[in-house]
Amino acid sequence: MTSKRKSTALTEAQCVSLAQKILRERLCQQRLPEQPVGLESQYRHLLELLKRTAVHGESNSVLIVGPRGAGKTMLLGCVLRELMNLKEVLKNVLQVELNGLLQTDDKIALKEITRQLHLENVVGDKVFGSFAENLAFLLEALKSGDKSRSRPVLFILDEFDLFAHHKNQTLLYNLLDVSQSAQAPVAVVGLTCRLDVLELLEKRVKSRFSHRQIHLLNPLSFTQYVEAVGSQLSLPQDFPHPKFCDEWNRSVTKLCEDKSVEELLRRQFNSSKDFRSLYMLLFLAVIRVSPSHSTLRESDLLEASRLISADSKANILHGLSVLELCLIIAMKHLNDTYDGEPFNFQMVHNEFTKFIQRKSHTIHKFEKPVVMKAFEHLVELEMVRAVDSATGKVQREYQLMRLMLEHGQVMEALQKYPQCPTDVKQWALSAFA
Amino acid sequence: MSRYITRLRVRRTYRLNGAPVGEDRKLKRLYHESMTISLDGRTDNATVYLGQFILIEGDDDDNPFVAQLLKLYYDDSGKKKTALVQWFVRMCEIPHNKRKLLGRDSHPQEIFYYHDRSCDNEVDAETILSAVQIEFVSPEAPFPEGKSKDVLFVKLLWDTKAFRALSSEIMQPPLSPKSPPPPSRRPPARVLPTPDLTVMKRATMSGALIRGSMSTGKLISEAESLHSASKLSAAKALSARRRSRATSGPHVRKKLDLYKILDEPKGTGKTLTSKLNTSPTGRISISIRLTPLTEPFSPAKQENDGESNEFFGLQPLEEPPLSTGRTPRKREATPRRASLRGQTAEEDNEDSPVLTAPTPRSKRKSAQLVSSRIRKQLNLLGNKDDLQSDGEDGDDDDDCFVPTKIDLQSSSDEEVEAKMDSEDELVVKRRRGSRTPRSTEKTHTSARTPRKTPSKKNAPATPRTPRTPRHATPSIPSRSAPARKPGNVLEEARARLHVSSVPESLPCREQEFQDIYNFVESKVIDGTGGCMYISGVPGTGKTATVHEVIRSLQQASEQDEIPQFRFIEINGMKMTDPHQAYVQILQKLTDQKATPDHAAALLEKRFSAPAPKKETTVLLVDELDLLWTRKQNVMYNLFDWPTRRNARLVVLTIANTMDLPERIMINRVASRLGLTRMSFQPYTFKQLQQIITSRLNRVKAFEEDALQLVSRKVAALSGDARRCLDICRRATEICEHSAGLQKGSGLVAMSHVMETLDEMFSSSYITAIRCASLQEQLFLRAVIAEFRRLGLEEATFQQVFVQHQALCRVEGLQPASVSEGLAVCQRLGSCRLLLLEGSRLDLLLRIRLNVSQDDVLYALKAD
Repeated sequence: MTSKRKSTALTEAQCVSLAQKILRERLCQQRLPEQPVGLESQYRHLLELLKRTAVHGESNSVLIVGPRGAGKTMLLGCVLRELMNLKEVLKNVLQVELNGLLQTDDKIALKEITRQLHLENVVGDKVFGSFAENLAFLLEALKSGDKSRSRPVLFILDEFDLFAHHKNQTLLYNLLDVSQSAQAPVAVVGLTCRLDVLELLEKRVKSRFSHRQIHLLNPLSFTQYVEAVGSQLSLPQDFPHPKFCDEWNRSVTKLCEDKSVEELLRRQFNSSKDFRSLYMLLFLAVIRVSPSHSTLRESDLLEASRLISADSKANILHGLSVLELCLIIAMKHLNDTYDGEPFNFQMVHNEFTKFIQRKSHTIHKFEKPVVMKAFEHLVELEMVRAVDSATGKVQREYQLMRLMLEHGQVMEALQKYPQCPTDVKQWALSAFA
Repeated sequence: MSRYITRLRVRRTYRLNGAPVGEDRKLKRLYHESMTISLDGRTDNATVYLGQFILIEGDDDDNPFVAQLLKLYYDDSGKKKTALVQWFVRMCEIPHNKRKLLGRDSHPQEIFYYHDRSCDNEVDAETILSAVQIEFVSPEAPFPEGKSKDVLFVKLLWDTKAFRALSSEIMQPPLSPKSPPPPSRRPPARVLPTPDLTVMKRATMSGALIRGSMSTGKLISEAESLHSASKLSAAKALSARRRSRATSGPHVRKKLDLYKILDEPKGTGKTLTSKLNTSPTGRISISIRLTPLTEPFSPAKQENDGESNEFFGLQPLEEPPLSTGRTPRKREATPRRASLRGQTAEEDNEDSPVLTAPTPRSKRKSAQLVSSRIRKQLNLLGNKDDLQSDGEDGDDDDDCFVPTKIDLQSSSDEEVEAKMDSEDELVVKRRRGSRTPRSTEKTHTSARTPRKTPSKKNAPATPRTPRTPRHATPSIPSRSAPARKPGNVLEEARARLHVSSVPESLPCREQEFQDIYNFVESKVIDGTGGCMYISGVPGTGKTATVHEVIRSLQQASEQDEIPQFRFIEINGMKMTDPHQAYVQILQKLTDQKATPDHAAALLEKRFSAPAPKKETTVLLVDELDLLWTRKQNVMYNLFDWPTRRNARLVVLTIANTMDLPERIMINRVASRLGLTRMSFQPYTFKQLQQIITSRLNRVKAFEEDALQLVSRKVAALSGDARRCLDICRRATEICEHSAGLQKGSGLVAMSHVMETLDEMFSSSYITAIRCASLQEQLFLRAVIAEFRRLGLEEATFQQVFVQHQALCRVEGLQPASVSEGLAVCQRLGSCRLLLLEGSRLDLLLRIRLNVSQDDVLYALKAD
């Protein structure tokens, strides 16, 4: 994009877009970080393990367990990057990557393994033979290998728990069996976010698993979290425009010390410690930077946070008509009165007409079909949901419904609703207003 | 199933000729010197004489057993024709593990003189198919080139242990092709071990066909003495006869070993044809099989050398096809063929009315397909005459062609030869057309492969599955740099502790080992069958013990303490469907591929038919419970086969649960499984300790206490030896790592083991809860609060959320929105701390805890 020669002549706009590009790449996790944060011991464990497979030909199996966004794939990616940098390993290791969401049964998985291993029954990109043949072929292939001669195979099973749902767990049994017998050296690495994954394994499969689990549960403290934010947002030293870079980094440091930003980050931290949701927040903030204000400001972060933490249903409520809002309030009152029991349209209409009678001067009197139409719109928006799906028998007015909104959501929406009639607001606060 | 029709298709009638030439008074036997085999619907007969080499029907119709006819007589009941034979074995009948002993690749037409005194050499004479031609080649001499595929070569003797040179006393080149086996003994010609000049000359000249059917007196006498040494006792003979009578078809088997080396196409013309056979074309195989029979007796033999020369001049065509494409070869063939046409055309035309005459048997579609294909191929020759006559040939093949016409004295020998030639060539053509040569590595030739006529026996070589690339050898590429060897004590220990490393001995399973050993050994020695059921929780050494037993039995059989046996292993987990068990067993037994149904039928046939030379098969069925089907027919068959009289099958089954037979098997299955059961108890801590110690084998890597801790812990939990070894392995890693940090003894100590146990056994839930974000922790708390309020173990998200918000306020946090709350809830659900319904339900989503409430509270309180 820019060459060294032009670097001095970089305009502000170019700097901004370049900085955004770098940060976007980082925040969208397209590039592996230099070093995984806070996962040193796990990193070492996994690296040692895979190195032993690659170098000594020792078979192994391991599970990497951690909640979503904890950095399982990132950790494995970093380990593999380092492993492949070893000259001894690079040409000696075969890799097979499977994903439980893609390889939904053993048949597909087997084909994929065979394809990735380039076994001899693969022509071009096609794998030939029936399921049984493929299985027999793969097993024969693995059996023909031995510890010292064959190239080790790394099996990476993403969403490992889904493989446990395959019929008889044939694939897992066989992979783990190979890892426990004198055949071609393999390392089976499973990634999963389920803590109870071992309970999913059949007893024979479980017995063959080595029970090595690497847990990625980040015990980050808030200060570490803020530091991570700072480091993620700051630009690298080799940024072509040093002045811009300094300015940017200074603004980021200042940002992290800001009280409101800290509060915002703490809120985010309290809600979820994983980096993926943090990156989402920072990403939204970064894209708001423009040449007109070339540094990251707290308002950007606040806006991003507002976007992220916005309640989806409250947002929908802002777009409703007053009549629909009135119906929602009526339903809320019904819920209060009957303690969450389901209601039907007739009851809602009654409640609504009572309100109209009291406040006839402020609210236009609607015909019943109009109210019905509004009610149906709410059903369509799934603000209201029928209790059971057997809709055919009962007349629509008497079908039992439930409100899918929380009390708080209604009140919040009313507060923010533009030009909401005061009577309606009062009615919402008290059933007898 | 076309290959199994040889007997059914053509009914042969057997008749012993002439007056008895000898009599054994003791056994009350009358010996005859020849037998006539006549085929139904044909007027002409074939005759086999004593001393002639014959083909005997076996399991494998491509490779019938070869033997030399020694005696022919009616048994004492006076009804059953019995033949005494000297067996020859093909390479494919020799056990796999012994084939290496040959030290070279065997010639496709090579057979071995079979010397095994234990082998039953009395067969039902009605299983004799035809005569065959055998040539004796001296061990040093190369195999003669350019011989007909029908000729078999004998070079060595196989005595079930080793290949030995065949001494001239035993085997002698047959001399006079014509003379019927004389009762008078001829003086033995001095031939071997030095390569016999005459033989060599004949072999290399290739023009002179040595008719192997003739035998000399010397040969007979030798064989006879051999026989008398191993003569069956009368009782045994009786029982053998009874056995063969009990079976419907008098199948004779020399050996169960059907193994077929794929890389080694059996070179007889018959083989070639039958490989392509569909049911109708199966007749071809007969026609060709029988041709040699006629040759020795053709009166004009001697003067026909000229013709046979020409005939054999074509033989190179029949060499195993090369990787070159079909067409050039065919062109090459054309001129020669054309030169022969002059002779053949007439004859063919003469014959054609007879041969093409409609037979009662309806031509099957596939037969028509085949013949049309042949015609098409022959079209390539561009010779109209050829087309016509070959078309007739094709028809003639489809017609139940019988060699009898050759025996008709009216047809001149010349015609016979020519006829044979065209047939042979036809065979070659067919073979080229429908069977890709095995040597073609990657070329996908033979587009015209008849899909409907798969020769299942050699599936990998033939285009049975034309879609799969042929010769895909299952293998993992080998590494460019060699694997590093363990460097220090801990690495060495780790390598030894890996489950995969095969220990020198299996400690702590001596009793079980002995029991299984005795069971299998007795069955192998007795030649009977039986089942055994072995149960035990995972990791108690069931499979390892059985393997150990087999290993020592194999050693014993190598040292000749017990008879030979085959070991086959299948695993319920390693197949996609219970019925694949048949396929796998069949493939491991005979290297054939078949569909499950077909495989079941073949196995059924194999295990129910009698066979004198059959060796015992030991079948290990691992993970038996997975072979369960609704009708349980797989299990039923597995347990039923051993009960057959001739099966000689020992089935060892392994599963985890002790009461599996009672739980999942229906009565008739459970009853067949029998009561030979064995249960592997989980290892006790002492045993585990012993296992580790024996594996480590004086590699000092563990402190005594540490070992004890591991074994006690595992014994208390499961008694799974795998677990135990894994823990030890991990402990060495931790030790190695910590040794790098601080100075230790270098041995794995208690602390390391404790750390490992913590890592492996401690529940991760509590850590996970502690590491969860504040909102997540609050949500869990809200769930418990709601459960307490409701008095139930289940609540909807809406209810919990209300609690959650209240808790947020108590904690002084800004209450989360519903969306956020739902996100928190989903995150907990994905870790399975909570069990959730589908998120479609939104607020009404029901929540349950996957951890005990106490655990949650404990984790949160300690925070």
